[in-house]
Amino acid sequence: MKWDVVIGLEVHVQLNTKTKAFCACSTQYGAEPNTQVCPVCLGYPGALPVLNEELVRSAVAAGIATHSKIRTKSQFSRKNYFYPDLPKGYQISQYDDPICYDGYVEIENEGKKKKIGLIRIHMEEDSGKSLHSESGTLIDLNRSGVPLLEIVSQPEIHSPQEAYAYLTTIKQRLRYTGISNCNMEEGSLRCDANISLKPAGSPAFGTRTELKNLNSFRNVERALTFEINRQKELLESGGTITQATLLWDEQKQETRQMRGKEESHDYRYFPEPDLPPVLITEDFIQNLRMQLPEMPDLRKERFIDKYDMLEDDAAVLTNEKEIADYFENLVKLFPNNVKLARHWVQGEILRILKEQNLSAGQIPIKASHLAELLQFVDRQDITPQTGKAVLDEMCATGKSAAIIIDEKALMKIADSGELSTIIDKIIQNSPKESARYRSGKIQLLAYFIGQVMKATKGQADQGITRKLLIEKLGPVTEG
Amino acid sequence: MRIDRKELEHIAALARLELNEDEILQSAEQLSQILDYMSVINELDLTDCETLSHSIGQENVSRPDELKPGLPVKEVLENAPEALPPYFKVPRVIE
Ligand SMILES: [Zn+2]
Repeated sequence: MKWDVVIGLEVHVQLNTKTKAFCACSTQYGAEPNTQVCPVCLGYPGALPVLNEELVRSAVAAGIATHSKIRTKSQFSRKNYFYPDLPKGYQISQYDDPICYDGYVEIENEGKKKKIGLIRIHMEEDSGKSLHSESGTLIDLNRSGVPLLEIVSQPEIHSPQEAYAYLTTIKQRLRYTGISNCNMEEGSLRCDANISLKPAGSPAFGTRTELKNLNSFRNVERALTFEINRQKELLESGGTITQATLLWDEQKQETRQMRGKEESHDYRYFPEPDLPPVLITEDFIQNLRMQLPEMPDLRKERFIDKYDMLEDDAAVLTNEKEIADYFENLVKLFPNNVKLARHWVQGEILRILKEQNLSAGQIPIKASHLAELLQFVDRQDITPQTGKAVLDEMCATGKSAAIIIDEKALMKIADSGELSTIIDKIIQNSPKESARYRSGKIQLLAYFIGQVMKATKGQADQGITRKLLIEKLGPVTEG
Repeated sequence: MRIDRKELEHIAALARLELNEDEILQSAEQLSQILDYMSVINELDLTDCETLSHSIGQENVSRPDELKPGLPVKEVLENAPEALPPYFKVPRVIE
């Protein structure tokens, strides 16, 4: 039997604000427990929340980045439930009037582009953190009140791969706006998934399950794949799906039902009386729109046109804003050879980031320094191999390209006279190889090139070396 | 409007209240009375009335994103019935 897979994703994003959503406590990750709390986020009676204006700005920015409509008047609601890490007994969230709604992002999966609709983006606060020990549960309220955006997709995702592409796109766009790092390890991006199957083509949705605890994009993909198979097997053996909340068990690579009674989501939402409505003007939106950087899809298109590159290359360069900024900066300083600049950013800079486990914002070489190095490479003063070694040296020592090249006398030996002498000596010292070469073993040319490179520590010009060697080794007799 | 036993037990469970038999009957009766009393409002024609969620007419009250120090941990934990500094401690929550 053929099944249609229906997936909807809820993404929680922690924002880069300095302070919490409704009080002036720090949001800094990794602080000592209960050191970033005050009467508001501890839920003391009588303490009143005051909205962080940066939260509103971030929410509207997220809306713009996802082609969402922005509500001119939105308000907060209380979501009521009891849990020890929620000291007020309710979470301030948005219910009826989320600040953004009806958006979309375009994803690309297996070379195909597709729009995924967004139902809503709303503002809310995080709860605290619980640590369960044998003797009790320990509570840290540093996270209590930290601002979040919840981004809810339409159930328009039809495979684990599409889910992965969707998450990547959301992350990329939000990082471009600068409102969040979207760092899953630090919990600044979290994801829940709703999933159901229905017979192919059927208009009615099947019963869905909710997957929680998906702490990496790969885990989302794995958990969805597992859950699709579980539901498929169950349905095909005549069973029925029961609505349930499932946890992904990373160790066992399987989903399991959450223990404890499901208090059938009954949060008794009502408007938060302590926070007046939020009004957003068209001016505010336009202003913010102008402050936001070019979004990755548009930037990619522009790179293809302006710098004459392939789509794949443009995608690599624009994947992270900092890399794209770096490249454009470099091209401004070194406009002579855009192709060379692209090659070095894509090859060497990304290699260095990966090797040193750095993020895109931590490129250890200034664009101006790389520009200087590329001048040498472009003029063929040094070989590309030497250039790479110089780059590593620049990383390690912070010295400029010119100084390293000068100190180590790395300028390429392109002087035929000097190379000529070296080559003569090598041929003289390799009579056997020379004879074999002349009798038709022309592969031995590589051996000679290798010898020259060895003698010159890789600074001989390849082209000239090859030309001189062929000249000097003399004609080859076939057979 | 009648609050039946099932509804009342659900509300009590949401509020984490443990009620005995007498309290269940009494609360159901009282809640029903309160709802009856409030239902007088339902008799008004409110078709052209916008839902009012805030009565004081304030809008856009916000603050700049500026940091202020929180409370010292000692003070934070002072009112807690139980603590394992720097944590609050509560009975074990079964996941
Ligand atoms: Zn606080």
